Amino acid sequence: MDKPFAITLDPGSSLANHTGSWRTSRPVYVDRLPPCNKQCPAGEDIQGWLFHAESGNYESAWRHLTKDNPFPAIMGRVCYHSCEGACNRGQIDEPVGINSVERFLGDEALKRGWKLTAPTAESGKHVLIVGAGPSGMSAAYHLRRLGHRVTVHEAGPLLGGMMRFGIPKYRLPRDVLEAEMQRVVELGVHVQLNSKVENILDTMQDGKFDAAFLAVGAHIGKRATIPAGDAAKIIDAISLLRSMEGEDQPMLGRRVVVYGGGNTAIDVARTAKRMGAEPLIVYRRTREKMPAHDFEVEEALQEGIMVKWLSTIKQADESSLTIEKMALDSKGFPQPTGEFETIEADSLVLALGQDVDLGLLEGVPGLQVSDGVVQVGSNMMTGHPGIFAGGDMVPAERNVTVGIGHGKAAAKHIDAWLRSEEYVAPVKHDTAAFENLNTWYYTDAPKTVRPMLDIIRRQSTFDEVQGGLDESTALFEARRCLSCGNCFECDNCYGVCPDNAVIKLGPGKRFQFNYDYCKGCGMCVAECPCGAIKMEAEEI
Amino acid sequence: MSFQPLHFYQTGTFTVGNRLLAEEDRTVQAEIGRTNSLNSGHRACQGCGEALGARFAIDAAMNAARGRLIAANATGCLEVFSTPYPETSWQIPWIHSLFGNTAAVATGIAAAIKVKKQKGEMGDVRVVAQGGDGGTTDIGFGCLSGMFERNDDVLYICYDNGGYMNTGVQRSSATPPAARTATTMPVGPEPGNAFGQGKFLPAIAMAHEIPYVATATVAGLHDLEYKVTKAMGMRGARYIHILVPCPLGWGAASQDTIKLARLAKETGIFPVFEAERGEVTGVLKIRRQQPVEEYLKLQKRYAHLFGKTPAVETIARLQAAADKNIRKYGLLDQEAN
Repeated sequence: MDKPFAITLDPGSSLANHTGSWRTSRPVYVDRLPPCNKQCPAGEDIQGWLFHAESGNYESAWRHLTKDNPFPAIMGRVCYHSCEGACNRGQIDEPVGINSVERFLGDEALKRGWKLTAPTAESGKHVLIVGAGPSGMSAAYHLRRLGHRVTVHEAGPLLGGMMRFGIPKYRLPRDVLEAEMQRVVELGVHVQLNSKVENILDTMQDGKFDAAFLAVGAHIGKRATIPAGDAAKIIDAISLLRSMEGEDQPMLGRRVVVYGGGNTAIDVARTAKRMGAEPLIVYRRTREKMPAHDFEVEEALQEGIMVKWLSTIKQADESSLTIEKMALDSKGFPQPTGEFETIEADSLVLALGQDVDLGLLEGVPGLQVSDGVVQVGSNMMTGHPGIFAGGDMVPAERNVTVGIGHGKAAAKHIDAWLRSEEYVAPVKHDTAAFENLNTWYYTDAPKTVRPMLDIIRRQSTFDEVQGGLDESTALFEARRCLSCGNCFECDNCYGVCPDNAVIKLGPGKRFQFNYDYCKGCGMCVAECPCGAIKMEAEEI
Repeated sequence: MSFQPLHFYQTGTFTVGNRLLAEEDRTVQAEIGRTNSLNSGHRACQGCGEALGARFAIDAAMNAARGRLIAANATGCLEVFSTPYPETSWQIPWIHSLFGNTAAVATGIAAAIKVKKQKGEMGDVRVVAQGGDGGTTDIGFGCLSGMFERNDDVLYICYDNGGYMNTGVQRSSATPPAARTATTMPVGPEPGNAFGQGKFLPAIAMAHEIPYVATATVAGLHDLEYKVTKAMGMRGARYIHILVPCPLGWGAASQDTIKLARLAKETGIFPVFEAERGEVTGVLKIRRQQPVEEYLKLQKRYAHLFGKTPAVETIARLQAAADKNIRKYGLLDQEAN
């Protein structure tokens, strides 16, 4: 009893007082699904790879990215980046330039010679892939990483499919395409070029394949029945673009008319312009109704390409076309007006869409074809067990990103199927909505603009139109990411808790609540910039 | 500008920490090894702004004084919720004074340290005095003014929540006009605290021409830590006035504490500035200006302004007071020119 006057108890710590018992609701750390990831047809974890890029660790970022998509340098050029349309930052200033950072990472990987991760064990299974386009090569990559033997049969002389024979090189330089294709081949993927599969069942039996993934694409240009004189030069868009890859470039003449309103029509017109022609696009509806992406139309117009809206071609002759003017009816469909016009044209290119060559599927039991495309289940398998399909030959939006996504999805299902299992995708997190964010904490930072090639060179050469970011601008752009729904360790919850009830676990380990003392005030939830904490009612 | 935000885009320097910031640019609060001067288990209400402000300020002071710090604490919420006998939440040398004499107690501690240092019995130890607005602007004002006038080597920190909160929300001389408390007009034509009364202590402190006076809020952690660290680097009487929202007394949701502090600053209702020897040397500019309603309507103490017939005139008077602050301190960027 050696205590001062009037003191009877030893000093104690307030830690004895477990204030957590006051709580009626508790904060819980969550990961929400960022809208960009949710949107990506290739299933990329965009927020995840930007997280690495933000710290300047580009190799980690690239490795994270290529878990889902082995072609970032291609993607960073030709993807229509619908992720950016979904980006929450768009509601603050402008969306994060995801596509430009992806390209930077892809180019950086090519420059530094980073290699894809090789499989650690062999499964002993052998998978046939038909078609070396985006979907086929994506599937080849994912199946190879899962340890399967992969053989790709490609009808054409080179790798890349539609990326080579459909996308002009001013949008996708061929050295970039080739490098990313070869990197997949280096994983041990066996490729047979100039080897068209005539009958899938025969080929599978001959090669003793355990499963097949078909991704032959849609390479047959649709023809419209246009009355034409004998001397009229009519060519379809996809043949034209394909012949651009060969030695003999097509002779189109000076006045080239492109018929159609899709991205292929724009590609053909811009290609013709670069060959010295004067292209004119004829389209039956208006610009608003055009299926081509707006930025591509804009770039084409900048390059001086003319468009004749609301027009159909009625007759083609040696050096002229007869055009009928159209008018949109109340439902927005074009209707003929009976007004005709003649325009001069040395050649007519039809860009009216493409069909799939389904010859290899003849006689395959169980297979279902409708609207000219092969029907597949949600597991990408056709009606014939063991034969899977993806890309342009199945019902879906036709673009490179969707194709790459199909390849990845099919690979997972094929892998499971080979083990007589079923692949069940993990349950998706709730979406990180803009309302989940506390935008006070983000500084205003407008999007970085990518350099564009000057207009003269765009009109006369096949040099790449859009430039890339350099390191400082790529880092800036990556750091504009809000990290929606995923903790990026800003320490706010740790700092704003009046009860020290947040435990900081250290770099990369995030945080933990100490529910002994958390009173459930909810301040951490309110002040979390990215919406990675939520309140849950306490069971009382 | 007193506190310079970094040219850094993901979250600027507005968050507590950031894995991408250099160590020296992160706050004391972001450190795993921060003092946690005010430890868990204290009995403050959910979302208490004062508990938060006290830990922010004293952790920063401990960091600046390299752990050699003594705090004197006036009676009030902060003392009541942190030290119910025999427990304490304080992890620093801490003494409870009377309600009104904490400045004098701190002066005494500083004087004792000075003598002991002269005798070579101890090294340097710094002194902080702290209290709520009641203990500072009302009851302890005489002792505080004396401490300023003598320029005693003490940093005095006032946590201003605008009333006597732990005794049941009575009015203090820091209660803002129109705010309802238990001891202001409950009904009548103008309920709530009267206009034209009360005092703004930072201005009075400046009138003493002491070395350093600053205001801060719990919403601006980088700014708050900058000011405490700067004050700790100086000698003589220093005063920091921190706005700490009180969910209980203000009738606000517990998760809105920092939001309210932020709105107080962004509306201009609470000017955030620093002054040396009576002259304003820096202000924290308004970043996203808001009308005062945004701040008022989150608080039940102003609920009578937003009844069936909104008290438009009263709101206009509060807006005018905020606008006056904006003019007087140059809180908007264009006014700084």
